[in-house]
Amino acid sequence: MAAYELPTWAALAPALILAATSLVLLVVDSIDPDSSNRPALAGTATAGSLLALAVTGWYLMAGVGDPNGRGVIELFGGQLVVDQASLLFTFIFTSVTSMVTVASYDYLRDHSYQAEYYSLIMLAATGMATMASATSLATVFVSFELLSLSSYALVAFLKENRGSVEAGLKYFLVGALSSAVFVYGISLVYAVTGSLELAAVAEAAAGTELVGVLGVGVLLVLGGIAFKTASVPFHFWAPEAYEGAPAPISAFLSSASKAAGFVVAFRVFTVAFPVDAFLDMGIDWVFAIQILAVVTMTLGNFAAATQDEVKRMLAYSSVGHAGYALIGLAAITGPNSELVLGAGMMHLLVYGFMNTGAFLFIALTEYWDVGRTFEDFNGLAARAPVASLAMTVFMFSLAGLPPFGGFASKYILFMGAVNAGFWWLAAIGAINSALSLYYYSRVVKALWIEDPGDDVASIGIRSQPVGLYAAIVVAAVVTVALLPAFGPVSSTAVDAATTLLP
Amino acid sequence: MLIETLMAVTFVGSLVAFVAPNRYAGELAAAISVLPLVGSLVMYSRFDGSGNALLEGGSLAFENSAEWITLGSYSLNWHVGLDGISMPLIVLTTVLTTLAIVSAWTPIDERQSQFYGLVLFMEAGLLGVFAALDFFVWFVFWEAVLVPLYLLIGVWGGPRRKYAAIKVFVYTNVASLAMFIGFVALVFNLPVDTFDLPTVAQSLNAGELTAPSWTSVSTLKNAAFLVMFAGFAVKVPVVPFHTWLPDAHVEAPTPVSVLLAGVLLKMGTYALLRFNFTMLSDVAAANAELIAIFAVVSVIYGALLALAQQDLKRIVAYSSVSSMGYVILGLVAYTTYGVGGATFQMISHGLISGLMFMAVGVIYNTTHTRMVTDMSGLADRMPVTVGILIGGAFGYMGLPLMSGFAAEFFVFLGAFRSGTLSGAPVFTAVAMFGIVIVAGYLLFAMQRTLFGPFRLDTDYEVTRAPLHDVAPLFALLLLVIALGVAPDLFFEMIRDAVNQMPLVEAGLGGGH
Repeated sequence: MAAYELPTWAALAPALILAATSLVLLVVDSIDPDSSNRPALAGTATAGSLLALAVTGWYLMAGVGDPNGRGVIELFGGQLVVDQASLLFTFIFTSVTSMVTVASYDYLRDHSYQAEYYSLIMLAATGMATMASATSLATVFVSFELLSLSSYALVAFLKENRGSVEAGLKYFLVGALSSAVFVYGISLVYAVTGSLELAAVAEAAAGTELVGVLGVGVLLVLGGIAFKTASVPFHFWAPEAYEGAPAPISAFLSSASKAAGFVVAFRVFTVAFPVDAFLDMGIDWVFAIQILAVVTMTLGNFAAATQDEVKRMLAYSSVGHAGYALIGLAAITGPNSELVLGAGMMHLLVYGFMNTGAFLFIALTEYWDVGRTFEDFNGLAARAPVASLAMTVFMFSLAGLPPFGGFASKYILFMGAVNAGFWWLAAIGAINSALSLYYYSRVVKALWIEDPGDDVASIGIRSQPVGLYAAIVVAAVVTVALLPAFGPVSSTAVDAATTLLP
Repeated sequence: MLIETLMAVTFVGSLVAFVAPNRYAGELAAAISVLPLVGSLVMYSRFDGSGNALLEGGSLAFENSAEWITLGSYSLNWHVGLDGISMPLIVLTTVLTTLAIVSAWTPIDERQSQFYGLVLFMEAGLLGVFAALDFFVWFVFWEAVLVPLYLLIGVWGGPRRKYAAIKVFVYTNVASLAMFIGFVALVFNLPVDTFDLPTVAQSLNAGELTAPSWTSVSTLKNAAFLVMFAGFAVKVPVVPFHTWLPDAHVEAPTPVSVLLAGVLLKMGTYALLRFNFTMLSDVAAANAELIAIFAVVSVIYGALLALAQQDLKRIVAYSSVSSMGYVILGLVAYTTYGVGGATFQMISHGLISGLMFMAVGVIYNTTHTRMVTDMSGLADRMPVTVGILIGGAFGYMGLPLMSGFAAEFFVFLGAFRSGTLSGAPVFTAVAMFGIVIVAGYLLFAMQRTLFGPFRLDTDYEVTRAPLHDVAPLFALLLLVIALGVAPDLFFEMIRDAVNQMPLVEAGLGGGH
């Protein structure tokens, strides 16, 4: 293989494959507009995302983007870059996309516009993959919008369902507002530095007089990113959108789309706004993110603890997890900052599997018309033991209990924060984590321990949908397997963090 | 790689059992559990370790170390190995799991495959706890045992199972968190950047602990000891941390009670031995009298509580509190016979309490009651079960040639001559009085239930128990007698390991 060198643009292959799959789906749909051939549509989408996943994995192993391997690849005059961080996150996006497309096959059984659905998912995934590679505020914004616009349509996909349409509308309105905030922030940064490229922004910002304008710009950019990552106070769309959307889309948005927001946050704030230089100027964005992290995890967890509906609980807990991931950025002023930033990435990777799996389990219960509240889940394990076992894995992993992947990632995250001198962040995180055990174990208790009520005994577990089951089991197996396989994950993440940090 | 194979086989087996059809899940699970049983016996026969897993000197058996996660200067590694303390516990785990699975055939009549899958998963976790030599790995297994326990009690338990399951879960989780904080506080103040237990133990024993500026080394040590002791004491359980135990035992299905009393409680004493008494032996010795008071109170109070019960299962449950008190007393004595006897008592109690719980379970299967006041004269109707039950009770009372006698004798011998514990003879004498109460409540309960004219306050026909219910009882009784006749089956390797511990006095204690 060494003799044959791929052209440089091939480094973008994952994003290109995703985009091409989306176009193929549109072509198929225009040839056969009724799109009655569900297996072909879901199969194409899954094949496309699996191919992108495989290429990403291959690049990661071959050392693309590794400064010690084949080196970081810059494209289009520094507008896009392929490095370990972008590949690691593309790995998350494509894994989640594959699971979601497989699961959607059963979920969409009685719905129309299926080709459009898969095509939109592929477009959104393309947006995510470009977000991971974007090194200019312009490309960040464009890919950001590609993802957002596709997501709005996907959330509102259940046209006959009022909740879905309402959620889509709400998501769209808040999203439009935050896009405006984000682009306004970019324009202020551009006004001060005269550059959109991240590295050039950092350089030009160093000697600027217009600290106030720059500070407002940074704050507005942070606001735009906080929307995408569903961080408090820009989170209030999230529970509504996750609850109203089709459950596979909730999985997609709360895992992959959130990770996409984080990769932008990690790259923009470390490369364009280097913390030491900005602190000297008096722009203390780390402090803002620390507040954001603490408020996000606390509010998210408390709100999750008071929910009666499982999907809503998961939606709020997903806000809480955004708070944990923010610790990665909030603690980078200390020593060993690559450790804690890498830990944030590891948590997002594990989260990609365990949270997707949890939402896909909800998709399964929606498929069976089980109901939404904790009580509706009572005694489900007797009817569907394998899926319930997988859900138990997800719940305990999300709560951070061994022996699951979530334990390792949370543990390393908190240890990284302590190591960087932010033991209070770790302590708040640990307390929140302990609190989360309460509402996660409620699901487990309902599934296994509670006796099914009379009406629950009659729920029609009509069939065992193969696609949904496959996606859930894969997610569960990976969630468990990530713990023994944490060595390569952690080293990749820490290397990725090292390349981002100055 | 034998340890890893053992765990992998058990783990894969648990998945197989989980998806197997209910109809023959029990037989399949028993067959699967024979694999780790045979594996552990092979390991026992080939065991050639000498020395203590955490301390320098001697060699470990089946040791294996592999790089796992490296983060900056920290490394978390896969490190397992066995010494004379962990080897017997591994054998105990595999033996009791197989027997518990067989004893579950009768009482478990719904969702069998899930039940057996969880039991085997718990076994894999227990094997990991006793074999792991890296704190991170060890903690993963330690917590992994909890998840199946929670479900096993919560799903298959008695009428108050939800309450009991949540109580166990909350108590032991809080305890784990406390212990975790205590240990991590120690490691963060050591010059070593690792969680490798032997490295940490040696560094602590070499006095390399430093303290942050706002506190002193001795304060840090005492605080860590206290927090860790409290964390493990819940698991043991030591009075006054014992209140979760009777609830858990009474609500748990019989096979789970067997494993809970037989192996899970030993996690607590094993961890106390490995962490508090090996790593912070000077703190333990300095507070020996205080710890001994906890031990003696557990012995006497647990026995008195058992005396007051009317439910046979509760009697056996409370007697565990009492027996575990002997273990603590033996540990704090810091003599070969004290610490070795404590370890031997872990094994002996595992076998005897397993036997007692199973026997009570068999009685319950046929009579559908466990209340002493509801029945009498069972000996006429189910002579074999009752005979074995009496045998087990004799073991509990410490009759010679039973393992209970050997264990308690070692503990008393070691504790009486202890050099670290001032007033050792007094503590020992008071603890010995516990035996009298044990004999009292066991004989009292048996006399009322087993002998006299037959009477039963329920509508059930009393028949002989099926063979597969009685066979595990018989196997356990044989093991109890075997260990009582030949304690050296385990005691020799235990002695090699505990003699390496700091402060442990050979001498009379040393024996050979």
